[in-house]
Amino acid sequence: MEHHAVDLSQTDEILSKYPAEEASLIQVLQDVQRSYRFLPADALVRVADTLQVPLAKVFSVSTFYKAFALEPQGETIIKICMGTACHIRGAGQLVEELQRKLGVGPDETTDDMKFTVKTVNCVGACAMAPVMIVGDSYHGAAKPARIEKYLGLGEAENDN
Amino acid sequence: MTIESMAQFEELRSQAGARHEGSEGEILVCCGTGCLANGSREVAESLSKELRDRNINGRIIKTTGCHGFCERGPLVAFVPAGVLYTKVKPATVPEVVEKTIEKGEIIQRLLYKNPANGEKIEQYSEIPFYKNQKRIAMRNIGEIDPTDILDAVARGAYEGLAKALFEMSPEEVLEQVEISGLRGRGGAGFNTGRKWRSCRDAEGDRRFVICNGDEGDPGAFKDRSIMEGDPHSVIEGMILGAYAVGAHEGYIYVRDEYPLAITNLQTAIEQAHAFGMLGENIFGSGFDFEIRISRGGGAFVCGESSALMQSIAGKVGEPRAKYIHSTDKGLFDLPTVLNNVETWATVGAIISNGGEWFAAMGTEKSKGTKAFSLVGKVKNTGLIELEMGTTLRHIIFDIGGGVLKDRPFKAVQTGGPSGGCLPESMLDEPVDYEGLTAAGSMMGSGGMIVMDDRTCMVDVARYFLNFLVEESCGKCTPCREGLKQLLHLFDDLVEGRGTEETIENIERTCAAMKLGSLCELGKSAPNPVLSTLRYFRSEYEAHVRDKACPAGICRELTAYRILPESCDGCHACTRVCPVGCISGDRKELHVIDHEACISCGACFDVCPQQAIVTFPKIELALKEVQ
Ligand SMILES: Cc1cc2nc3c(=O)[nH]c(=O)nc-3n(C[C@H](O)[C@H](O)[C@H](O)COP(=O)(O)O)c2cc1C
Ligand code: SF4
Ligand code: SF4
Ligand code: FES
Repeated sequence: MEHHAVDLSQTDEILSKYPAEEASLIQVLQDVQRSYRFLPADALVRVADTLQVPLAKVFSVSTFYKAFALEPQGETIIKICMGTACHIRGAGQLVEELQRKLGVGPDETTDDMKFTVKTVNCVGACAMAPVMIVGDSYHGAAKPARIEKYLGLGEAENDN
Repeated sequence: MTIESMAQFEELRSQAGARHEGSEGEILVCCGTGCLANGSREVAESLSKELRDRNINGRIIKTTGCHGFCERGPLVAFVPAGVLYTKVKPATVPEVVEKTIEKGEIIQRLLYKNPANGEKIEQYSEIPFYKNQKRIAMRNIGEIDPTDILDAVARGAYEGLAKALFEMSPEEVLEQVEISGLRGRGGAGFNTGRKWRSCRDAEGDRRFVICNGDEGDPGAFKDRSIMEGDPHSVIEGMILGAYAVGAHEGYIYVRDEYPLAITNLQTAIEQAHAFGMLGENIFGSGFDFEIRISRGGGAFVCGESSALMQSIAGKVGEPRAKYIHSTDKGLFDLPTVLNNVETWATVGAIISNGGEWFAAMGTEKSKGTKAFSLVGKVKNTGLIELEMGTTLRHIIFDIGGGVLKDRPFKAVQTGGPSGGCLPESMLDEPVDYEGLTAAGSMMGSGGMIVMDDRTCMVDVARYFLNFLVEESCGKCTPCREGLKQLLHLFDDLVEGRGTEETIENIERTCAAMKLGSLCELGKSAPNPVLSTLRYFRSEYEAHVRDKACPAGICRELTAYRILPESCDGCHACTRVCPVGCISGDRKELHVIDHEACISCGACFDVCPQQAIVTFPKIELALKEVQ
């Protein structure tokens, strides 16, 4: 794992908002993830010290939950739903098309750090399967042929 | 105003109801996640703007939670006229305002068209998708603005709470829930009253109530819609539960993937505080209760009760053995009641209307109504709530409108990764907990995924194994290793290396996992495999014996070709083929280059002439030999 130097004042600010106890760990890590877009190693050490939780435990929680990433993520996260409804309506073709267009597969980030591709298991919009989320925009009935549009515009549009 | 008596609560309710008196009606714009994705926020905004620009007053625009009919969104409904417009776009709004609002004309084009007979349906309540429903847990969703507590109160929210705190003892509340026969809506169907009583009887002075909003089953989204569309029903249920068992602290555990649910719950909790429904001395009764929200970290296993409690405590979500009951030792090892979102959302209605009212609905052992998300290859996808005991056929064909593109029905998957796939012969079975379990599936979170003849059952079983390999927490060996082995065996099947022995090994591994796994995730993981083996064995045999995938889905076994007599050379297929392996001039016969084809099926899905067909790939090899 590469070492990424970061400014820890954000971590301290987050930690100051929660009681210094183990029960705060996941909520703190979620805020840290949101703030840096990943969990920097130095921040994990600071969290472990402050909450008085062994570093190994912090690391085990960081790797157990899918919401956390230990490597820097792209500016925009692309999520492709692989839930059952999306699977049987062709979600796999979306992943393949992204691989062709961006050259990266699930859990990978493009070299220019623009996009990280992720697969998720159901985002609760199954009625519009298959679903692809670019940043904060949901695209229902997503089609491989429209992927460039989804990536370029990055805003909701009507597909019907 | 502070509320300290039933009369004051009634007063609040009539004030809330009177807020819009004298208005000329409401315009409801669905802003559930589904409709938002289709641009409903923009529709609501341009409606406001258009009304302002034209100086039309007296109309109230309300953004609501999910109406359920997600497929047709954005949905706009007019109250009291009862008219529903579907697929409304921001660009259509001026026309809607001019014709429908100013002149009272109905725009035919925006009405729902009944696919069964092509008729346009004007009234919301006459659309088969809605007409056949009975809504209790979802009683206010789509009717109220979820960010406005008074709107909820005007429609009956917190009425059950007022009744309980002003007129009933905790014991009486518990009794009503027992009489109702309510069972957990999160999967296993445990009796809610019994669970509450165990917790109430447990030793200790500190206890908790928790709402399970993890909703991990892929294909299910009822809990999301309830939390987003009527968070007050969940909060009211939790306060009632806490009152009944003597808890003063509650948690709502929400999936990380549901940001809107978290926002709406937070708003609702703040507003409930402001009106004295949460906090100290609720409604002057002396009862105190607080709710906190805990965001999940994205792990399916955290929906399991003991793993969820570990996760709230900041730990890795690993389940523990079942013999320790969380009603005795739950969160922080203290007595805890955990219920599903829909279970909590039902409680307020039971207290308002009485346990007998609820128990009068449903089947002998499964009372009341149940929410389902109807998705997959079905015409009307969306969210529904029906009386227990409704048949699958009624759900899929009458409410769902039948299979997409009128293709043949093959199976319906219920119960998520713990459930199974039921074939056509089971369609007339009434849906309740016992019925689905006997059929080899599960109620689960109420996801119903309809599958047509273009769905391979071996692929579906493999899909769930792949899902669970990722999601198994890894604590116990039968589940962690069993799933990996099963996935290997299924890879053999879908890639043409399967033998009779593969199927035997699959069955043996399943039996070992059922016996040896620690938690229900591992114990129930074989269900998708065993149910497909039970009902669709011939499909497995075709993969093994003929090296063929009858549905034409497993890519290693499937090839595509174009029927010369049907192709009219429209070029649709060449445009979608990702590897450009289809050639042919416009209006001439097209052909697929089998060497380059990756069997993705994209062309199959778009051909308007149905000229593209699948055949077993092995035939290509046989031809070469000849
Ligand atoms: C692997 C696994 C995942 C589960 N996921 C959920 C879930 O997402 N939501 C839920 O309400 N219950 C889930 N459950 C069931 C819970 O353990 C628990 O039984 C339920 O929340 C109790 O509430 P109820 O009695 O109201 O159904 C899951 C169980 C298992 C074994
Ligand atoms: S889409 Fe169908 S009809 Fe059109 S060219 Fe392709 S095979 Fe022929
Ligand atoms: S299956 Fe895919 S690769 Fe093969 S011809 Fe059709 S579109 Fe092209
Ligand atoms: S299965 Fe994809 S959103 Fe639910």
